[in-house]
Amino acid sequence: MIHNKTISELSRGLAAGEYSSVELTTHFLKRIENLDSNYNSYITVTAEQALNEAQAADARRAAGNATPWTGVPFAHKDIFCTQGVRTTCGSRMLENFIPPYDSTVAANFKQHGAVCLGKTNMDEFAMGSSNETSYYGRVTNPWGTDLVPGGSSGGSAAAVAARLAPGATATDTGGSIRQPAALCGLTGIKPTYGRVSRLGMIAFASSLDQGGTLTRTAEDSAMMLNVMASYDPKDSTCIDRDVPDYTATLNQSLKGLKIGLPAEFFSEHLDPEMQTQVQNAIRELEKLGATLKEIRLPHSHLSVPAYYVIAPAECSANLSRFDGVRYGYRCDNPQDLQDLYLRSRSEGFGDEVKRRILIGTYALSAGYYDAYYRKAQQVRRLIKQDFDNAFGEVDIIAGPTSPSPAFAFGSKGNDPVKMYLEDIFTISTNLAGLPGMSVPAGMIGGLPIGMQLIGNYFDEARLLNAGHQFQQVTDWHTKAPSGIDA
Amino acid sequence: MAITRGDVEKIAHLARLQVSESQIDKLTGDLSNILSLVDELQAVDTTGILPMSHPLDAQQRLRADIITEENHRDEFQRIAPATENGLYLVPKVIE
Repeated sequence: MIHNKTISELSRGLAAGEYSSVELTTHFLKRIENLDSNYNSYITVTAEQALNEAQAADARRAAGNATPWTGVPFAHKDIFCTQGVRTTCGSRMLENFIPPYDSTVAANFKQHGAVCLGKTNMDEFAMGSSNETSYYGRVTNPWGTDLVPGGSSGGSAAAVAARLAPGATATDTGGSIRQPAALCGLTGIKPTYGRVSRLGMIAFASSLDQGGTLTRTAEDSAMMLNVMASYDPKDSTCIDRDVPDYTATLNQSLKGLKIGLPAEFFSEHLDPEMQTQVQNAIRELEKLGATLKEIRLPHSHLSVPAYYVIAPAECSANLSRFDGVRYGYRCDNPQDLQDLYLRSRSEGFGDEVKRRILIGTYALSAGYYDAYYRKAQQVRRLIKQDFDNAFGEVDIIAGPTSPSPAFAFGSKGNDPVKMYLEDIFTISTNLAGLPGMSVPAGMIGGLPIGMQLIGNYFDEARLLNAGHQFQQVTDWHTKAPSGIDA
Repeated sequence: MAITRGDVEKIAHLARLQVSESQIDKLTGDLSNILSLVDELQAVDTTGILPMSHPLDAQQRLRADIITEENHRDEFQRIAPATENGLYLVPKVIE
């Protein structure tokens, strides 16, 4: 069936005239309508607009101006502002927010004539690792009705895994692309900090947030990053550097590629089954000509502590803009200005967001700044230096993406710290600003697991190359959850 | 570092968040747990280490001092909860 095709296959099919974009788009919209009640992966479906975009794409193709993305359907994580289309960020605070402008990422897709099917569900303001914090209801992992899809980009991951979109945009602040990719059997890349514009991507922790991809194959992620990556003068942290064609280097040989295996990622704390599966996957890379070397990242145990100072501190500053005055939720009948602020924020934000705002406020409050934020930013440099040293010896770093496969709803209990440890392998790349990718690399108990590949700054092409070559000799990325009609 | 109910009340006020009596004990416990997680940082010797604010140590770019922003007041005010004559409305501040 058409929904089992990858983005690159759909792109070729459109070019060959096997189907029109209207046919493709109609097919996916019908699937969403019939099946998404099982997953709740979309917050908003933009059927009418999608069909208009599909018609325009078909006309553009007929006129001879098509690019590889013209007419290809996809979905946006509901964190990317889309002009005229409600953008909620998974929060009640933005339930009625209709952005008057496009994020740069959304504008980039429009320029290519890609077709946006809708906006995907997510943890509220991207704060969560299970998609249980969304105001719009939890998302179900297509691999099991009682399983979380991971988070925060859980809606994007579930939609792609359930074949309700061939690919979706996502964002990653501490693992929000790579962990859901691992838990849903997908490929996803978080690029180097500054590679993808953050303009119109609703901010959580500005020094860590980065947009990226969720797709079934590395080739599709390369195609998607080709569109997403751009230099944007309106994002002052965006890096002015040419964007390579990420698909051009996918077929390079891995002969001589030096892969570092951090001892800290393969410690005795790692689940033995996970250890075996990831080691097997790494052996496939070795068979393709890569060489392996044990490395050390001695400060990596400090990643989660540093992250849970820096991310909440930046979140508390970013989310102070939601005051019930200019846009977003406003409480009924405010008594005075203080009451307006207090009740609009208290009624508009959910529990996890409030917890992080409070932690961040504490860390930044008078007398604590040096002990927390400054200290964490110093430790962050130590973590980055570990990676700099490692990349003096190796080309990429490999390890597990998450400590376990998908877990059951509610299984992390009431203790937020348990949930935070879900990102133990992914957070250090955000702190260092490095690109990281997850590719499907095995199964445990019938559930997919991911292998994480970390690259040096702006080395996305090399990660995608390694992922693509891995996918030429393995078939983990072709596994589909049961119930997806072939 | 353990955090007290009083601390929670104080930071909730700073953050303009309402915390009900029934939530405050749970929240005090949650925040204390998170703080003990991050307390591991205190044991690290960071003498002479420059805090890192951008992974590539990028600096803010400068641009020519000319106006490039367009006026979007009307679009922005269309999505505001309450406006009048081009102004955002809030409850009366000065009696």
